[in-house]
Amino acid sequence: MIHLQTARRWLRKRHSVLPGFGLTLGFAMLYLSLLVLIPLSSLFVKSASLSWADFWNTVSDPRVLASFRLTFGAALAAALVNAVFGLIVTWVLVRYSFFGKRLVDAMIDLPFAMPTAVSGITLTALFVKTRGLGKLLYDWFGLEVAYTPLGIMIALVFIGLPFVVRTLQPALEDLDLDIEESAASLGATRFQTFRLVIFPAILPALLTGFALSFARALGEYGSVVFIAGNQPGKTEIAPLLIMNKLEDFHYREAAAIAVILLLASFLILLFINIVQWWSRRYAI
Amino acid sequence: MKTRTWLYGALLLASGALAYWVTGCAPSSEEVKLLNVSYDPTRELYEEVKTAFAKSWKEQSGEAVAVKTMHDGSGKQARKVIEGFEADVVTLALAYDIDAIRQKAGLLAKDWQSRLPHNSCPYTSTIIFLVRRGNPKHIQDWGDLLKPDVQVVTPNPKTSGGARWNYLAAWGYVLKRELGSFDKLKDPQAAEEVARANEKARDFLKQLFDPKKTPVLDTGARSATITFKNGIGDVFLAWENEAYLVLQESGKGKYEIVVPSISILAEPPVAVVDKVVDKHGTRKEAEAFLKFLYTPEGQTMAARHFYRPCDPKGVPEELLKQFRPVEMFRIDEVFGGWAKAQKEHFDDGGIYDQIKGT
Repeated sequence: MIHLQTARRWLRKRHSVLPGFGLTLGFAMLYLSLLVLIPLSSLFVKSASLSWADFWNTVSDPRVLASFRLTFGAALAAALVNAVFGLIVTWVLVRYSFFGKRLVDAMIDLPFAMPTAVSGITLTALFVKTRGLGKLLYDWFGLEVAYTPLGIMIALVFIGLPFVVRTLQPALEDLDLDIEESAASLGATRFQTFRLVIFPAILPALLTGFALSFARALGEYGSVVFIAGNQPGKTEIAPLLIMNKLEDFHYREAAAIAVILLLASFLILLFINIVQWWSRRYAI
Repeated sequence: MKTRTWLYGALLLASGALAYWVTGCAPSSEEVKLLNVSYDPTRELYEEVKTAFAKSWKEQSGEAVAVKTMHDGSGKQARKVIEGFEADVVTLALAYDIDAIRQKAGLLAKDWQSRLPHNSCPYTSTIIFLVRRGNPKHIQDWGDLLKPDVQVVTPNPKTSGGARWNYLAAWGYVLKRELGSFDKLKDPQAAEEVARANEKARDFLKQLFDPKKTPVLDTGARSATITFKNGIGDVFLAWENEAYLVLQESGKGKYEIVVPSISILAEPPVAVVDKVVDKHGTRKEAEAFLKFLYTPEGQTMAARHFYRPCDPKGVPEELLKQFRPVEMFRIDEVFGGWAKAQKEHFDDGGIYDQIKGT
């Protein structure tokens, strides 16, 4: 009884001045179910028609494992690169004004808008070792980019950059200059100001950007297959293996690989969300 | 405030109109519509056939017909049809893909391949070599591909139908070299010799698909073409029609075509999808469309797009001249048909996976 009363009080307290909570919640749930939950659960149903042994055999195949290592490794590396350099780009865009800033700002979104196949083909043509930039890198540093894991990473950096910049931008813009000034007047060095004042404030946004860029990179297929070389065990990404299985009409095995990819990325996103929640709680 | 509401309203209306336009809710007209689901390199061919067929059908029956053709990888297209994409006719790269539609979705009659002449293949093609100007590495035949300084471009046999033809053509070359004649394949007394030859072929393919020899495995024929144009590799194992298309587009003098001593006869079949045409009531038109491909006019168009016509009688001599003579073997005679070759070589754990060491 007491529980009921506290529950009621709690509910009443939550009442907002704007009506329509029930309606919009219902709509949001229905919409999410149709767009996300039902398609994803059908994936689980499909893979569930495999026996445990077959499921395990599919996903523990050395070739599949190698593709997981490559996909997660390259996505992680690309997201890290994006977090570091995306922060610098955003910093420049927010803190300084210079000629053509608007143009640069608009350019950030281009990787969003380009068909992924186009970016894949363009990057490949640019980094192939027989000409252009790729030839310079190869001749001077002996560095092969196209058709190596490095090339895959570059494609993923390219498509992931806008996620970091666009999530960091509002956080940096909201930052009060006063706080930095007070830090400085209290005797903090420039580095201390950045490390102890600015960085904790933008960390949640940085983590979100990192997570988005990482998640996007995990599933990327269109641009990567052009630059990857697609050698089994070496430069073959997990989404390509899924395509291979589909090509052979092995739907369930394809679903099994997809389920692992999905679970792993869900866990990672969940982990990042927890870290983020934690960092927000202890920030300032 | 008011103008803003107006603006939102207008935006909403505009996006609604856009969605309407995008989803293709156009008003229907009198003409009969046919959907042809085809594979990648036939794009230019069916663009031309479409108009010619519409004209000839109008003269014949007085009925207007519009054929729409969609292109993608052959296996992908077959999968779409299996999953319920309602194609009136399919014109795919492999009989195996059409067989998959029959087996998995039951949309065609069992005898589909014997309903039209030449195993339902109105045109054929083969695998040849495309090399760089002057053929600097002196590549003349399959054996030259294994020379240490030669790099090869071919798509991935796991994802590309064309690449499977490349692989099987190379395998057939080794068998022919070792055995002298394919007749021995059926001779029980030569079983040991055949086994040895198959071992040699397997070794040849292992060397050919070594990552040092073939550094890039693109997912389809078109992306492999781009890789070759990007300067990777000395020789590109290509569909004959694709190779001529590259020559045509990039101007003479950049690449050359080399015809090997022996290659495989690729037979891309066509078929009416029975269940779909009966549902749409388009059987008459669909059958006429496929038959049109066999007329001298249809055959000439095939030849113009570098497909070898199956019935060259009415095709102009100068078009036929472009096809250089090459000894071709059929997949049935050497590999016992597509289903068998697919299972032995390309399925998971098959010979291709084994030579790739996975």
